[in-house]
Amino acid sequence: MGKILEVKDLSFSFCTYGGIVKAVRGVDFDVNEGEIVGIVGESGCGKSVTAQCLVRLNPEPPGFFENGSIQYKGTEIITMTDKEMRKIRGVEIGFIFQDPMTSLNPTMKIGKQIEEIFVQRNMYNKKELKEKALEILKLVGISDGERRYNQYPHELSGGMKQRVMIAIALVGNPSIIIADEPTTSLDVTIEAQILDLLRDLQKKLNTSIILITHDLGVIAKMCDRVLVMYGGKIVERGMVDDIFYNTKHPYTSGLLGSIASLETEKDEELEPIEGTPPDLFSPPAGCPFAARCEYAMEICYQAMPPEYQLADNHTTMCWLQHEYAKAIDLPCKKKLKNEVMQ
Amino acid sequence: MTVEKQPLIRVQNLSKYFQLNKKETLKAVEDVSFDIYEGETVGLVGESGCGKSTTGRCLVKLYDPTKGTVLYNGKDIFDVKNKEEKLEYCKNTQMIFQNPYSSLNPRMTVKDIVGEGIKLHEKISDRELDEKIETLLKAVGLNRDHMSRFPHEFSGGQRQRIGIARALSVNPKFIVCDEPISALDVSIQAQVLNMLKKLQKDRGLTFLFIAHDLSVVKYISDKVIVMYLGMIVEQADAEELYRNPIHPYTKALLSAIPEADPNIAKNKQRIMLKGEIPSPINPQECCRFAERCANAKSICRESIPPLKSYGNFHKVACHMI
Repeated sequence: MGKILEVKDLSFSFCTYGGIVKAVRGVDFDVNEGEIVGIVGESGCGKSVTAQCLVRLNPEPPGFFENGSIQYKGTEIITMTDKEMRKIRGVEIGFIFQDPMTSLNPTMKIGKQIEEIFVQRNMYNKKELKEKALEILKLVGISDGERRYNQYPHELSGGMKQRVMIAIALVGNPSIIIADEPTTSLDVTIEAQILDLLRDLQKKLNTSIILITHDLGVIAKMCDRVLVMYGGKIVERGMVDDIFYNTKHPYTSGLLGSIASLETEKDEELEPIEGTPPDLFSPPAGCPFAARCEYAMEICYQAMPPEYQLADNHTTMCWLQHEYAKAIDLPCKKKLKNEVMQ
Repeated sequence: MTVEKQPLIRVQNLSKYFQLNKKETLKAVEDVSFDIYEGETVGLVGESGCGKSTTGRCLVKLYDPTKGTVLYNGKDIFDVKNKEEKLEYCKNTQMIFQNPYSSLNPRMTVKDIVGEGIKLHEKISDRELDEKIETLLKAVGLNRDHMSRFPHEFSGGQRQRIGIARALSVNPKFIVCDEPISALDVSIQAQVLNMLKKLQKDRGLTFLFIAHDLSVVKYISDKVIVMYLGMIVEQADAEELYRNPIHPYTKALLSAIPEADPNIAKNKQRIMLKGEIPSPINPQECCRFAERCANAKSICRESIPPLKSYGNFHKVACHMI
């Protein structure tokens, strides 16, 4: 598995009337061929901004790169011109947006929207274009493609629209698909359909997916590797089992504790994370989570913790891992025995 | 609950249609009946468009139903003669809305928002009002300094708290919570859920909790009602429903929950539903779920299945059982 995307020390900020918002503050990660990487975090933690940086969709200005590099198959994305970027965006890197209701063009037929990325490149004639579009519609599970081809977005339901969005993301045969909360606005039964579709397609086409969500359930179901973001930083990263069963950051642990699952007993109290996320206009000097952390020590408020390597793929940004810190067992999910599950 | 207790709210054959034009009727809620007893939490679940919010809104008289009645303590809430009776009901039932961003008037301060209802229902001096608002804000985890601020100065979780304080301001007995946490972040959801639970215990409130998140509903409810396209398909005690779902839709809905546990999530047997929810405009007079149901027979496409009892509050509407 080769690396196809490498992000190093990425910082992205926005100029606003209120000052500079430091949305992403030094994020490193890479994406290997054929894997699903999940980015999880609350609203305002910088997960969407990070994703949009990868295809340069953040408006610049007011946004600007403070630092860092994004290498896609060895080429630098940050310094690309608009023209060069257009060759990558949508073709090499597909993007599925959160809200299918507003991200499709209401005045264009479905088929035309799917074909659009080719039109500019003059790659196919009209007939070939239509064939391509019908093929991709079939691939995403839209059965009567011929009819749908000529329909407008308002004639489709939410789940159907999201399938069309996926079709648009896939049609250029990308090596990475970035899915920004692809199922947040859908119902549970439709969500299950769309997630299954995404996973099937990923296996079939061997694309990589960067899946952004705030739902740990979606992460558990889909991802190989997980990045947990908080206050513009990646606070913990690891394989999906590390994150759920061997949690090493208080924030991840808090997130897991605050969701009601089917196993939660009625008289059991949920353990919410008290307080609210930090203000990114003037982010705290220390750990961004310190103010809400029940294990916070003095050092947490003063200095940013380094990233501690715990295992091959598992790192955490927390002072608790320092050799002088007290050893604390963070609560995490208990792994059920295999026989219980079957 | 061995003695026949009178329900606090009794919904009888409630229907709400919206006439779109001469030919099209949107049947949002059709022939829905259920009881809510004092002090309990009833969860109402279903996918978008299944009529759960419309039902909730009928209960607080935001909508007038097309057919059917709602009895509050044995009295029809739509049969009111004068203003006093109307005010009396409004005082006892309140609603918490889904979207904390659009349900607070941006031009009113928190004090005005929370105090508006109090001023309407009782004569109270400014000083007492201030004190009352302060205790309310304290109960929901805000403080006195927040009184003179406007909604835009608060985060989503705080706004939802203001919404809850507003609902509590007139000392209601019954509160309809219409997806109170779905617009909030995960870590904030738990804060609000815990608070609702605590308030219920302290004040003996009765909740109708509308949500699409089945795990949350299981956590907070005593009884659960599952709706599909305007009709109740199954209702039961919460434990019973999750342990022993009978209706095929409930089964599918339960198996579709994304569990925050990789082992369960990746190995769980799922019942995948094909297709999408059909439109509630001019629905056919048959089982609404027939189109997506795996074991639908011809009878399902011919008549509406009645709600049959399977003991102990467990009721299911399905021909095939």
